[in-house]
Amino acid sequence: MTVEPESSDVSVEQKQDPSIGVDEWVARTTQRREYAPGRRGEAQRLFERVGWWPKLAVAAAFGAIVPFLLTNNFQLQVGINALLLATLALGLNISVGWAGLLDLGYIAFYGFGAYGFALLSSNQLNPPAGIHFAAYVSLPIIAVAAACLGLIVGLPSRRLIGDYLAILTLFFGEAFVEFTNNVAPSKLGGPNGIVSIDPIRGFGHQLISNKSYFWFLLALLVLTAAALHLLDTSRTGRAWRAVREDPLAAGMMTIPVNRVKLMAFSFGAVVAALAGTVFAAQQVNVFPTDFDTPFLILIYAALILGGAGSIGGAILGGLLLSVMLDGFLRSPTEAGYLFYGVILLTLIVKLRPWRKLVAVLAATALFGFAVHAIVEAISKSAVAGQTSSGWISSALHNWVVVPSNPTTAGNIGFVVLLCLVIALIQVKGRTRTILLVPTLYLAACVWEGVLVAQPSITRQLLIGAILIVMMNARPQGLLGSKRVEVV
Amino acid sequence: MHFFIQELVNGLTQGSLYALIALGYSMVYGVLKLLNFAHGDLYMVGAFVGYFVIQWFGGSTALSIPVPLLLLFMFIAAGGGVGMLGVAIERFAYRPLRDAPRIAPLITALGVSFLLENTMLLLFGASYRDYNTSAFISFNIGIHIGPLNIDLVQLMVIGLSVLLMIGLTLFVARTKLGRQMRAVSADREAAEMLGIDVDYTIAVTFFIGSALAGIAGVMDGLAYNNIYTLMGFIAGLKAFTAAVVGGIGSIPGAMLGGLLIGIAESMVTGYISSTYTNLIVFGILIAMMLVRPTGLLGKVPLQKV
Repeated sequence: MTVEPESSDVSVEQKQDPSIGVDEWVARTTQRREYAPGRRGEAQRLFERVGWWPKLAVAAAFGAIVPFLLTNNFQLQVGINALLLATLALGLNISVGWAGLLDLGYIAFYGFGAYGFALLSSNQLNPPAGIHFAAYVSLPIIAVAAACLGLIVGLPSRRLIGDYLAILTLFFGEAFVEFTNNVAPSKLGGPNGIVSIDPIRGFGHQLISNKSYFWFLLALLVLTAAALHLLDTSRTGRAWRAVREDPLAAGMMTIPVNRVKLMAFSFGAVVAALAGTVFAAQQVNVFPTDFDTPFLILIYAALILGGAGSIGGAILGGLLLSVMLDGFLRSPTEAGYLFYGVILLTLIVKLRPWRKLVAVLAATALFGFAVHAIVEAISKSAVAGQTSSGWISSALHNWVVVPSNPTTAGNIGFVVLLCLVIALIQVKGRTRTILLVPTLYLAACVWEGVLVAQPSITRQLLIGAILIVMMNARPQGLLGSKRVEVV
Repeated sequence: MHFFIQELVNGLTQGSLYALIALGYSMVYGVLKLLNFAHGDLYMVGAFVGYFVIQWFGGSTALSIPVPLLLLFMFIAAGGGVGMLGVAIERFAYRPLRDAPRIAPLITALGVSFLLENTMLLLFGASYRDYNTSAFISFNIGIHIGPLNIDLVQLMVIGLSVLLMIGLTLFVARTKLGRQMRAVSADREAAEMLGIDVDYTIAVTFFIGSALAGIAGVMDGLAYNNIYTLMGFIAGLKAFTAAVVGGIGSIPGAMLGGLLIGIAESMVTGYISSTYTNLIVFGILIAMMLVRPTGLLGKVPLQKV
């Protein structure tokens, strides 16, 4: 039998031995991969040929020019928050994504870094002069201390697995908040926190402006990403993934399971603590509530959204979530862009062919006008409510039903909307397409009537929804690769 | 001595609430091996349902029906409503993930908790609501000896919790459904092969666990009056501590753990300082996890390879 030319190529390549320490199956990944046909495939291949550090450098260069494009301080603050969240997600990725340890006390490391920096660079300790270390003294101290703390918190992971570890770390996180709230108020400030913290300074310079903090954080993020990439592709990284998949089998393969777990905790703690120091220095003050559970859930949402287990995913998730929640939700117009944009994007991705999409959108529009006309005929006050400012809302004013007193109707609408969304997931085929129309319309009404006015609650609702939806629909996140479950 | 007994009774009251919530945690963990973080929020929803039942019947000062009937309605509405909510959460959020990696339902549970909390916040706002129990159940009824004050609500909370726990124990030990629950928690696949309707059993477990949390929420409103939308998280956390201390997955363990945590909390508040209450409760949990992760009454699971 003759061998076909393509396969003979492969067999020639297979004769070369893979370099030592590289798994053959892993080394041949590129050959097994299927590329999209045409230009897209070529671009894909080109993208894969570029090494990781040029990609990172290009991304960093793009990031570095961002402050010049931002017009006001608010946008810059959003940028800083986004970088902070991305760094935190990156750190969380080590224990959750790679080592598979559900660390619900991660936020305490962040708080530890922030409080550590606050104590070492303010008047809080040793009054009245206080302690004012330069950054090149305090940062290493904090990093080492955080690593030790990570080791201590990670110690129970030697015995506890899975849920038990999650519980223990969750309580560690809660205990941190309680601790900073209640213990030694003269030193830690209690609920009033620590105020007037020094900026990051050293070698005769200090970081004052938000722009400089942006670049500092960007540098931290890039360095962390680079270090973690090297770590990921090293023996340690492979050991982590082995432990995640099956600790027992990993132990049989002579991987020191406990040490590897402790390392994951420790590395994560250092990353979080460094992010915390920058947070403290940039905010100038720290409060116990900054490190409470909602923020932890935000970090989780970022990681899950981007894709646990992938560096790019963690960064993307952090940036995306932060820009979405901090940047867009603040002002009604931009929140509108976000809301309608996300809905439209989801529809475009999910509804094929495009005729169906057009039909659904047209039906929604017609449905809306019909409902609006009917409701207006019944009662004028039921459509008299003010929609929020912004051109989208004013354009929709004669389409959505917003009563003059939107609270009760909005509440009922919201509950009905939740039920409709659940129903939408359960049904299939044509029923789903038909049900989509009233759901979309009701979503628009509830959005204009209730949610736009309450950005902080909408934000939390979104975070919760992201966690549930991602876990059910795409557990590997936007950039993560699908894990093969070994049974 | 009076002070001690007073604190003990206060602790028992609080502890029975924790025990009721912990039971739900434990039962759900038993059948699904899932930490249902949303459980504490179900308790909060229960408290709100009870509050709205009072409002429905004319408000605490102008009730249109006799008090025992009102209490009955409150418990039925909260138990039934929250139970159904629990079943719905299981059906739509957890069931699709039953065969996913363990971390997935856990994170979903966090999301459900967050969503529930903020939905309630959106619907009812962040302000405190007052049950105003003393308007319809007089504080003067009960045991009052010198400085010792045990009012009727406390007695009722303790009594009803004990009744519910006895009922639950009997249910799990004696009925067919209880036996199915134990079978599912022992080995889900084997139970399925023996013809047990696993989905139904899990739904029933969720219903009972959530209903207990809802009833506990009403009792919390009756005993402590103030309810608010974020009360679920910390209560859930404490109940969770109780479930772990008692041995997660074990029903008597959850009761024991709840009472212990309640009493410990009340003693710390009474004799040391209320500032450190939470810290000490969490400390107990962390110590417990380190020394005996399976809890007081939990069984040490055998690791199957």
